[in-house]
Amino acid sequence: MADITNQSLNEIIENVKTKKVSSTDLTKAYIKNIESAKKLNTFVTTTFDQALDKAKQFDNKPNFDQLLPGIPLAVKDLFCTENTKTTAGSNILNNFIPSYESTVTKNLWNNGSFLLGKLNCDEFAMGSSNETSHYGNVINPVGDQLVPGGSSGGSSSALAADLTPATIGTDTGGSIRQPASFTGTVGLKPTYGLCSRWGIVAFASSLDQAGPMTKTIKDCAIMLESMSGFDEKDSTSINKKKEQYSKNLKDNIKGLKIGIPKEYRVDNMPKEVDELWEKGKKILKDLGAQLIDISLPHTKYALPTYYIVAPAEASSNLARYDGVRYGYRSKQGKDLIEMYEKTRSEGFGDEVKRRILIGTYVLSSGYYDAYYLKAQKVRQLIKKDFDDSFTKIDAILTPSTPSSAFKIGEKTNDPVSMYLNDIFTVPVNLAGLPALSMPAGVDKQGYPLGLQLIGKALDEQKILNIGYAFEKNCGFKNEIKKWWS
Amino acid sequence: MSKEKFDYFIKGEKGKYEVVIGLEVHAQVLSKSKLFSGSSTKFGADPNNQVSLIDSAFPGMLPVINEECVKQAVRTGLGLNAKINNYSVFDRKNYFYADLPQGYQISQYKNPIVGEGKVLLDMPYGSKEIGIERLHLEQDAGKSIHDMDPSNTYVDLNRSGIALMEIVSKPDLRSPDEVNAYIKKLRSIMRYLGTCDGNMQEGSLRADVNVSVRKEGDKNFGTRCEIKNVNSIKFMQMAIEYEAARQVELIENGKEIDQETRLFDTKKNETRSMRSKEDAHDYRYFPDPDLLPLKLEQKLIDDLKKSLPELPDKKKERFIKEYELNAYEANVLVSEKEISDYYEEVAKFSDKKLAATWMMGDLFAMLNDKGLDISKSPISAKHFAELIQSIKSGEISGRIAKEVFEIMVESGENPKKIIESKGMKQQSDPKELEKMINEILSKNNDKVDQYKAGKEKLFGFFVGQVMKLSGGKANPQLTNEILKKLLKG
Repeated sequence: MADITNQSLNEIIENVKTKKVSSTDLTKAYIKNIESAKKLNTFVTTTFDQALDKAKQFDNKPNFDQLLPGIPLAVKDLFCTENTKTTAGSNILNNFIPSYESTVTKNLWNNGSFLLGKLNCDEFAMGSSNETSHYGNVINPVGDQLVPGGSSGGSSSALAADLTPATIGTDTGGSIRQPASFTGTVGLKPTYGLCSRWGIVAFASSLDQAGPMTKTIKDCAIMLESMSGFDEKDSTSINKKKEQYSKNLKDNIKGLKIGIPKEYRVDNMPKEVDELWEKGKKILKDLGAQLIDISLPHTKYALPTYYIVAPAEASSNLARYDGVRYGYRSKQGKDLIEMYEKTRSEGFGDEVKRRILIGTYVLSSGYYDAYYLKAQKVRQLIKKDFDDSFTKIDAILTPSTPSSAFKIGEKTNDPVSMYLNDIFTVPVNLAGLPALSMPAGVDKQGYPLGLQLIGKALDEQKILNIGYAFEKNCGFKNEIKKWWS
Repeated sequence: MSKEKFDYFIKGEKGKYEVVIGLEVHAQVLSKSKLFSGSSTKFGADPNNQVSLIDSAFPGMLPVINEECVKQAVRTGLGLNAKINNYSVFDRKNYFYADLPQGYQISQYKNPIVGEGKVLLDMPYGSKEIGIERLHLEQDAGKSIHDMDPSNTYVDLNRSGIALMEIVSKPDLRSPDEVNAYIKKLRSIMRYLGTCDGNMQEGSLRADVNVSVRKEGDKNFGTRCEIKNVNSIKFMQMAIEYEAARQVELIENGKEIDQETRLFDTKKNETRSMRSKEDAHDYRYFPDPDLLPLKLEQKLIDDLKKSLPELPDKKKERFIKEYELNAYEANVLVSEKEISDYYEEVAKFSDKKLAATWMMGDLFAMLNDKGLDISKSPISAKHFAELIQSIKSGEISGRIAKEVFEIMVESGENPKKIIESKGMKQQSDPKELEKMINEILSKNNDKVDQYKAGKEKLFGFFVGQVMKLSGGKANPQLTNEILKKLLKG
């Protein structure tokens, strides 16, 4: 049988169901790939023995009615996994072993899959290139000098390099969609509240949302179906009936109205990105969709708004890492205050410190109204822009990122240029909407580029359908040479 | 009742100063589990035995509001005649401390669950209304224990996350006595409602005390100092007295009062500066993104209102009307729900006035003596009612009743049985009494003559003789009547 690991998740599931491959052999194939891909630095922790045990258990007593029968999955190291170290890419959690399982991963395991390992990510999901991880930067399989995007860079890299059949990430400002775009894979940020946040190391609570990262749209549908659902342990979880995204996947998009926002044509955007956008429009139009020019006038305020709201919440969310109860504690420090200072100075990296400082500043007495409160008001306006547009259209098409993957180290000394990478993705988080990044082509260097589909709240099915139709007609194929093995 | 005049002023060299006090009372909500987690709230468990992953702020843990705590806050608000806000918001109050696992306390800042209300105090100089500014819900912190080890601090998180109601008064209090009455009234209302057990020893009720002084007649408030976390009424009163005197002294010496937070040292009986306004924490309050705003349906509030028990102010009015008590008696008998329940039980089966007198006299004295709450009284309400009835019917005299009461306390016996078995019944048969009196009169012919000659004081002597002969059981009223009749003849 040909290399099973370069197949799609749905193909693999079919092969397992038809007993063409056992869960054990499948797991062994991924372990082999992972062991030969250490250069990519995608894994922080591997759980091979445990995975092989689970695979064996499955093969002994298979249940083929499950959505993910006997499927090994690696997940971003931001999801707490019971009895498996969870670092969030940070030194401050370098020894943290949760006694609990996040709701999202538990949902995946309940659907028949099991853990293969924990994937590297930017520290506390703060970054766009996976260069802020305490466990070293991750390399994009597309090229040995390229970042895989961030913060779910370990996830995108592992997926593109066939080290996991699918994976999950978290997206606070683009952390699923941007790395998906950089690696030629599919990434979906669901509607805020569709996937439980319980057991996910928090970055910015009002923006964080877990979502699938996959090779195909159909894979994305089955992963979303497996991981989502109401959770009473998360007060912001949406209580609604579970959808069967994969069963209901349709490629007929005739008559759908696709909004094209003029504000997403930004200065200095590479011509290739613009051309790709045009190509996307044409494909959708040829499929019978109607293109409608729209305006989202507050888009230009999204990035500054995001960089107030997210750090503000993060500064408070990260206060619990104080060395008192778990995680890293500095051995220095004569008293409580000094222990805090040393623990947090040694435990957090520069980007995390920068955001804690920004967040603390914008919440400070005297600055709160000018920054945090104003940002919240602008956030409402950004949301209103989308709400107004969605009375006329079904979905919005934009580029996912203003550029393809950049070089390692290229932006590390210029945080603002790094932040600008999220310019097309953050408005969606601020508005709480679902958005999909799908591979659409390559630039002149051959690096993948993605297009983004934004939907109405809880309209995941519709954007998956559009993506499904697009995928069939786009002709994109991710040509990654396994230069690392 | 004669009304005294309010007279609590600090006398300085340069005049009289009025003391202005406002309280922030922290009342622990009576609930089985904590405000945002399922952990038990029971007092006295081993350290760190009632701590969930949420209370200890593990990564990825999220708070979920406990509906019962919300209802308790609404009930309390209704009991304080306050406005219930249909929309309120939980905020994070950020600061670092070892016993604050999240690094922030979830509290309510700009939009509390309960708005303005009022509490009525009965003072010797009349009734006084104290304004309530607001009531909000918040989490308690854990406990740092500094005295178990010379070089380490221990942290107990059992209390971490327990629901507190912070009840903020307006600066309407003017003396330690009013503070005493206010705390007792709040406590009483919450105990009636079952929203806080009011147990100050266990820390269920504690207060931050804001004190300022101003010259009598001044319209503007002086600079205030906040005395943190005082956990008994007595300490609150001592702290206020000390603090007011300190502030007056500063003013009289031409010095400024710094707005600051102070601590009350109970051993030295003094307040000490803890931090000045400049050092005040910047708590960086902002709405907790893990929790949605709390929206209360009016129906829930209305239903809770309908199900509220009768509260002390209403009950007092009813007691005055229904049991013909005076205001003072009614006040005492409604002060605790258990006392009022006991009284009503007794009054149902006996004389209501006599029951009130005996309860507030002998029963309270005995309970006080033994340090018992009325719920632990060795005399049941039923037995007590029987005792009152025996007095009222003339079966026993008041003097004998006191003896019966003592035996009841010791034995827990039914008074009827005690009277019966000890032959303590009052002699109320006129024929028997007449026989007895005739016997005494015939033995004391000389004294009878003297009495008839005008020495009326001797009447008491004859009564004494009757009592002696009857073993104290002669009905005093009948004895008097018969004696008078026979001495006339």
